Amino acid sequence: MLELKDIRKSFGRIEVLHGVDLQVKAGEVHALLGENGAGKSTLMKIVSGIIQPSSGTIIVDGQERHFANYDEAIAAGVGIVFQEFSLIPYLNAVENMFLAREKKTALGLLDRKAMRERAAAILRKLEVDLPLDVPVARLSVAEQQFVEIAKALSLDARILVLDEPTATLTPAEVEHLFKVMRELRAAGVAIVFISHHLEEIFEICDRITVLRDGEYVGSSTVAETNIDQLVEMMVGRRIENSFPAKPAAKPDAKVVLEVEEVQLRRGGPVSSFQLRSGEILGFAGLVGSGRTETVLSILGAYPAARCKVRVGGVEKRLRDPADGLAHGIGLLPESRKEQGLVTDFSILQNVSLNNYGKYRQGHWFIDFKKELACTEDAMSQVRVKAQGPRARVDTLSGGNQQKVVIARWLNHDMQILIFDEPTRGIDVGAKAEIYQLMRDFTARGYAIIMISSELPEVIGMSDRVCVFRSGGIVATVEGSAINSEEIMTHATTGRVQHVA
Amino acid sequence: MSHDANLDAASAGRGRRAALDWLFHSPLALPLVGLIVVSVLMGFASDNFFTIDNLLNVLRQVSVVGILAVGMTFVILTGGIDLSVGAVMALAGTMAAGVMVNMGLPGGVGLLAALLVGLGLGLFNGFMVAWGKMPSIIVTLATMGIARGLGLIYSGGYPISGLPGWVSWFGVGRIGIIPVPVIIMLVIYAVAWVVLQRTPFGRHVYAIGGNETAARLSGVRTRSVKLAVFAISGVTAALASIVLTGRLMSGQPNAGVGFELDAIAAVVLGGTAIAGGRGLILGTLIGAVLLGILNNGLNLVGINPYMQDVIKGLIILLAIYIGREWR
Repeated sequence: MLELKDIRKSFGRIEVLHGVDLQVKAGEVHALLGENGAGKSTLMKIVSGIIQPSSGTIIVDGQERHFANYDEAIAAGVGIVFQEFSLIPYLNAVENMFLAREKKTALGLLDRKAMRERAAAILRKLEVDLPLDVPVARLSVAEQQFVEIAKALSLDARILVLDEPTATLTPAEVEHLFKVMRELRAAGVAIVFISHHLEEIFEICDRITVLRDGEYVGSSTVAETNIDQLVEMMVGRRIENSFPAKPAAKPDAKVVLEVEEVQLRRGGPVSSFQLRSGEILGFAGLVGSGRTETVLSILGAYPAARCKVRVGGVEKRLRDPADGLAHGIGLLPESRKEQGLVTDFSILQNVSLNNYGKYRQGHWFIDFKKELACTEDAMSQVRVKAQGPRARVDTLSGGNQQKVVIARWLNHDMQILIFDEPTRGIDVGAKAEIYQLMRDFTARGYAIIMISSELPEVIGMSDRVCVFRSGGIVATVEGSAINSEEIMTHATTGRVQHVA
Repeated sequence: MSHDANLDAASAGRGRRAALDWLFHSPLALPLVGLIVVSVLMGFASDNFFTIDNLLNVLRQVSVVGILAVGMTFVILTGGIDLSVGAVMALAGTMAAGVMVNMGLPGGVGLLAALLVGLGLGLFNGFMVAWGKMPSIIVTLATMGIARGLGLIYSGGYPISGLPGWVSWFGVGRIGIIPVPVIIMLVIYAVAWVVLQRTPFGRHVYAIGGNETAARLSGVRTRSVKLAVFAISGVTAALASIVLTGRLMSGQPNAGVGFELDAIAAVVLGGTAIAGGRGLILGTLIGAVLLGILNNGLNLVGINPYMQDVIKGLIILLAIYIGREWR
């Protein structure tokens, strides 16, 4: 159905794809695997005509094709659903599906009825039930994804590329997506599936192609391989156990943060928890269960209905993350690019962002020597790999970018670090490094709250786990109770107490 | 010895490369090229262009817009915009004149009144944007109307003249051969350069324009910084009003109509990204001078004033088009 041969791509003088092959058959789900920066997204952009290969052949249905742009790829039957959706938030599902291809009546007006019927028919075939009349911004992430898929199908896509579709979905939504994928597969659609979750690959995929550093490593059927083998193909080395050992429980450790009550919305559940020095407190739960909002409320960056916090035993009212900084609470936000980094800035300026108060010379001015020395020190503490402190952060890999955001807090007298999805979208090797750093920090007495949607990560890293559901904490588990069954049960079936 | 010479040659080569690198990557590169091109063209078109008198005259003419553009640069670097500067300048000048003439208070009090008007309206803008969470383009559009109206109400629509003679020093005085307004402008630019490049506050201004959420979540007090940039813009509007009042020797409630657009044009011609986060104050100075040379040169050449506006508009468009992908 789709065959790529010896695809090469250079940006300027740098070759990022060094001769990649890929064969996808009709009626199969084909996993494309590789660490970040392995070239998966670049390859998929080539398949969909968004960028052009420097050399190599693209064959669709036995015919060699050259796509000058996305529209030509669509015409050849290629559909792609990107990580960042391309839907217009204020238009509804139907309007989005037919954007720029609106059906018209004889008078040249919009034929809303025909479009709506066609959209409904496609969604019915996918067994997806979603409201057609509301702006897509009001749909869940999963529903938006289905709209994207339906849009591709409305263009008669026979080759469908799904770029990390499950990254932000809840387990139930993932199941639904897989059901849709199985139906499409049965209908003869060839699906390229990109995911970092290896368990998912084994659940849904038929064959696998692995890339590493822009090179083709190999292909295999799912039945002939296993997780260890895949990880080894991806990283080129065997990773035994990426989680560092947990220290012995210290139940008498000092409580550094006590959240007496936090209520996100009026009428919603009220939660409370304690954070002790030297521990990693995991926040588990489904996407949208209120974990991020809870930590942002503590920092005063989310307008919670109620929030009462004691820091080091003293009641504090934080109105702004700057107050958090003053009280030793730092945040590693969920999204590096949107919330963590100033991408125009160098590493130096990004690390310094909240440190300039410490680099004063004669009160008003910046002491640039001190800035450089402190930044280099912080960079070496978290082991940032870069050309130097003046490199732009947008030239770094995801893992190194994450370390830059962490480094920002190290020159402060911090007690509490909040890590929101610390390893999202970073590769296996960098994940292990971040885990080790977190343990180093707790050994130094920091207390860490870690929000994570990856269950193995929650289980592997947390000393205690608060499980969230529908905006509040439904259970706190520790010790041997930290296992996937226990956490998933609470996350999906926990009883929520609503307080008026 | 020869070893040293080799080293010198190598470092000279590096120096040349660094200079080239700078030329291609600095946001100042394009504005400078524009300035040189336009100057040379004007020099060919008019024999009088490259005379000391005329060049100083150009600088004197750009001083008011040049000063307004300093505050505008701060605001635009954070990703905002300040449409009220022309009207704030007019109100500040009118109030200064009113305090001196109508109330008969000493001139120093009049100048202080101008600064307080600028600071007050700037803080008002900043407060509405930072705490009121309203878009700056709307807030400052409203302030523009309010300030203009207040000036007209206070003065009844007539200029307030009869100022003490020394006020003219700010507008037409000279130190040596250099006009005082030019000196005031250059001092303000120097201070702004130090603030933007050498202080924590300056870094925070750039950070907010680059990624406000990241700055806020890392603990930068973004609201205070936004309040401050609008306050700075108000103060530079007041300083511009002092120069203007000195030149006109009266408080003119109708002065400065459309100056906010010239100030924005100077900032953008100077290579500052309208979305914020990128740009240099020196670029704004170059942009302001570039605008001034265009005005001056087109006059010297004798082009119809209505046509001048069209030409200026086209040149701004062209400059932005060329600079669009420039980094």
